[in-house]
Amino acid sequence: MSIDYSEKIPNNVNLASNKTLQRALEHWQPEFLHWWADMGPEGTSDVDVYLRTAISVEPKGWAHFDYVKMPDYRWGIFLAPAEAGRRVNFGAHKGEPAWQEVPGEYRANLRRLIVTQGDTEPASVEQQRHLGLTCPSLYDLRNLFQVNVEEGRHLWAMVYLLHAHFGRDGREEAEALLERRSGDADNPRILGAFNEKTPDWLSFFMFTFFTDRDGKYQLCSLAESGFDPLARTCRFMLTEEAHHMFVGESGVGRVIQRTCETMVANRTDDPARLRALGVIDLATIQRYLNFHFSVTMDLFGSDVSSNAATFYTTGLKGRFDETKIADDHILAGATYPVLEVRDGRLATVAAPALNALNEKLRDDYVKDAQAGIERWNKIIEKAGIAVRLKAPHKAFNRKIGPLSTVRVDPDGNVVAEADWTHHHLQWLPSTADRAFVASLMGRVAEPGKFANWIAPPARGINNQPIAFDYVRFN
Amino acid sequence: MPDPAFGVLRQHLIDPEICIRCNTCEETCPVGAVSHDARNYVVDPAKCNFCNDCIAPCPTGAIDNWRSVDKAKPYTLVEQLGWDALPAPTEVAAGTSSELPEDVARITATATQGQGGDVRPPWSAAHPYVNIYTLAKPAIATVSGNFRLTAAGASSDIRHIVLDFGGTAFPVLEGQTIGILPPGLDASGKPHHLRLYSVASPREGERPRYNNLALTVKRVNEDHDGRPVVGVASNYLCDLRKGDPVHVVGPYGTTFLMPNHPGSSLLMVCTGTGSAPMRAMTERRRRRIALKEGGELMLFFGARAEGELPYFGPLLKLPREFIDINFAFSRVPGEPKRYVQDRIRERTPDVARLLEDGNCFVYICGLKGMEQGVDEAFRDACRRAGTDWDRLLPELRAAGRYHVETY
Repeated sequence: MSIDYSEKIPNNVNLASNKTLQRALEHWQPEFLHWWADMGPEGTSDVDVYLRTAISVEPKGWAHFDYVKMPDYRWGIFLAPAEAGRRVNFGAHKGEPAWQEVPGEYRANLRRLIVTQGDTEPASVEQQRHLGLTCPSLYDLRNLFQVNVEEGRHLWAMVYLLHAHFGRDGREEAEALLERRSGDADNPRILGAFNEKTPDWLSFFMFTFFTDRDGKYQLCSLAESGFDPLARTCRFMLTEEAHHMFVGESGVGRVIQRTCETMVANRTDDPARLRALGVIDLATIQRYLNFHFSVTMDLFGSDVSSNAATFYTTGLKGRFDETKIADDHILAGATYPVLEVRDGRLATVAAPALNALNEKLRDDYVKDAQAGIERWNKIIEKAGIAVRLKAPHKAFNRKIGPLSTVRVDPDGNVVAEADWTHHHLQWLPSTADRAFVASLMGRVAEPGKFANWIAPPARGINNQPIAFDYVRFN
Repeated sequence: MPDPAFGVLRQHLIDPEICIRCNTCEETCPVGAVSHDARNYVVDPAKCNFCNDCIAPCPTGAIDNWRSVDKAKPYTLVEQLGWDALPAPTEVAAGTSSELPEDVARITATATQGQGGDVRPPWSAAHPYVNIYTLAKPAIATVSGNFRLTAAGASSDIRHIVLDFGGTAFPVLEGQTIGILPPGLDASGKPHHLRLYSVASPREGERPRYNNLALTVKRVNEDHDGRPVVGVASNYLCDLRKGDPVHVVGPYGTTFLMPNHPGSSLLMVCTGTGSAPMRAMTERRRRRIALKEGGELMLFFGARAEGELPYFGPLLKLPREFIDINFAFSRVPGEPKRYVQDRIRERTPDVARLLEDGNCFVYICGLKGMEQGVDEAFRDACRRAGTDWDRLLPELRAAGRYHVETY
């Protein structure tokens, strides 16, 4: 299924056959470009970037590399190939043919799921719009821009669903997606983590590692949806999302590597000395990790949630790897352990599995994130350093759900407010930490050169050399 | 691709150090060849049909790794699941010859581990001939000389052995190795394993225009841990007399080769009989002094004491402006132990300058134990000179400027 690039909006959904939809999207397109010019990466309209563009959704076609000016990037609508005879695989409608149109009774819930997912895409572009000015290398700058254009494309994916399947409501929601602004007091983005600042590149790498990984898990659950267009859209988005997590994992890994090299070469683990040498000490990296991990924990929603149960039972949103799980996929009598605050302590209780689906997804995510942290630890281990990074307890620093009512330390102990006040600067990045990291952020924009605080990558993009001209300034 | 003619499989592997476990490959693979556990993503050699659908979607490039292996013995899933890093490519993987004896592939893989991956020969290296004589059809050479190189009282017996090939063509380059087949059978009744020796003479022969070559052989009387053991091949070679026939296979080696362009420099670090290839290269350059081709030679040479150093006398006669020699002796009574890495550190400015010089090629040969020390010494030299070894090393490797053979 190839993508028609002769169209104003590249697509593989035969947009030309539906003139009303085509016109509606062509009307939305200039608004999107206007938003991109306003809120997209700053000062980049005339820059040539070595980007990956999908030219088909088949494996061979979707990684086509060339220089592109970002406003000319071919944002379009791509759905993964349809799976013949696909069925609803869970919930009350299990076994029915998958829906090609929105079932009337689930319209509001489905729209809400799509809008919530869609809102995160432009939000992260907004959060990252100043980072280009302080890039540590052309290689990293290119990766940032690739992430940005693909988040833009993910917005297109969700907007297509809203326009194609939700009529006037959908069109209004699509416009609202361009009106909300990350961090805006009056009209903020829907989810908390997407209103946080991404002020420096360590935050960016942490964000792409932790928060984009939440995206992966949400998309995986939506890719199981009984509403087939949503499932196919998310499946294709996942292939792009993998790159974002790569940027995060390798980015933090390279920061760690540079720090370790400096520790070994100077035989020191003194944070002050390391900071003077211009690298980020491991303790600060751990605090950034704690912050981004805990903020992302909140994105999964309340630990016990009747909405989650409804989304599942009605076949709208499945579990991670739903079709690979061996159970009845209905979960009527099943339970799942969740955390609760009881007598001032954390206790594990059995909640109905249907209501605990957020928690289940959170646990799947934690396992995946922990494996990534272990790979960072391998870098430290290889350098012969005894320190290890660690994911904080999932109840640490929560702002949503019952766990937000108590203070929990990174090891999972409930602590008094006074203890929290006393210790939280050891656990979370302080203003001084952030100021230090910000002080390292100078722009390095010469091919093959890297800022002192980060090691070069193991491999270039698309097998290009590391010193390749990934971004050309005109 | 599987190549039935040679029994070699180009095995598709995933680099666990770069892979982020995003599952894209497993999702993409149309034949279910990719699977994973909590640790690694792996490719089943029995299922992979080389359609390459997984290559482009991989965000990291981890999926795009290949090793040439014996078709009958690909890396199993269990092996792959246990990896922290990809195994170093063997000589077979360098795409040179697909039917090297197993012993050669195994020994070479171990010897070149310190290079840390694929290395190319210098761009101006001459084209090497490899594997002309096989186990089934070895060349037969005649011993034309066998001299002790170490002093009479020295603890080691190192010999300079000259083999004459008569009318048999046996072209070698400096840095290449040849295989020696000791006669007879081992305790289990099988023929002895072949042993590899670096050629110690330049390409035109120990005696120019005669069809001969030299080896530097140390009589092995103890193993790495000092336990008494009689080295089969080394004792056989050291005891050879003029006129004795020797079965030789090879030659081998396509990367540990010297540059040939005028102005190229050599930075050589060796211990003991690791001096063989250095002697070959130095001798090649010495014979061409009159051509005034330029370039520097810098040698770091370690041994227990003067008397243990092969080629000590001849080396001392070479003019200082031709070669800059730095000896390191670790067992001289009454003197502190000195190792090659100490000497390298003492010569920081020159070492750092040569490492940065695109026309300088680095060769390290000797005992495995020296690798780490030399690596650290280079790192120190770079740091003091304001450069970064971790950045330089990959550049050196990529440019075919860094060669390691240790045993």
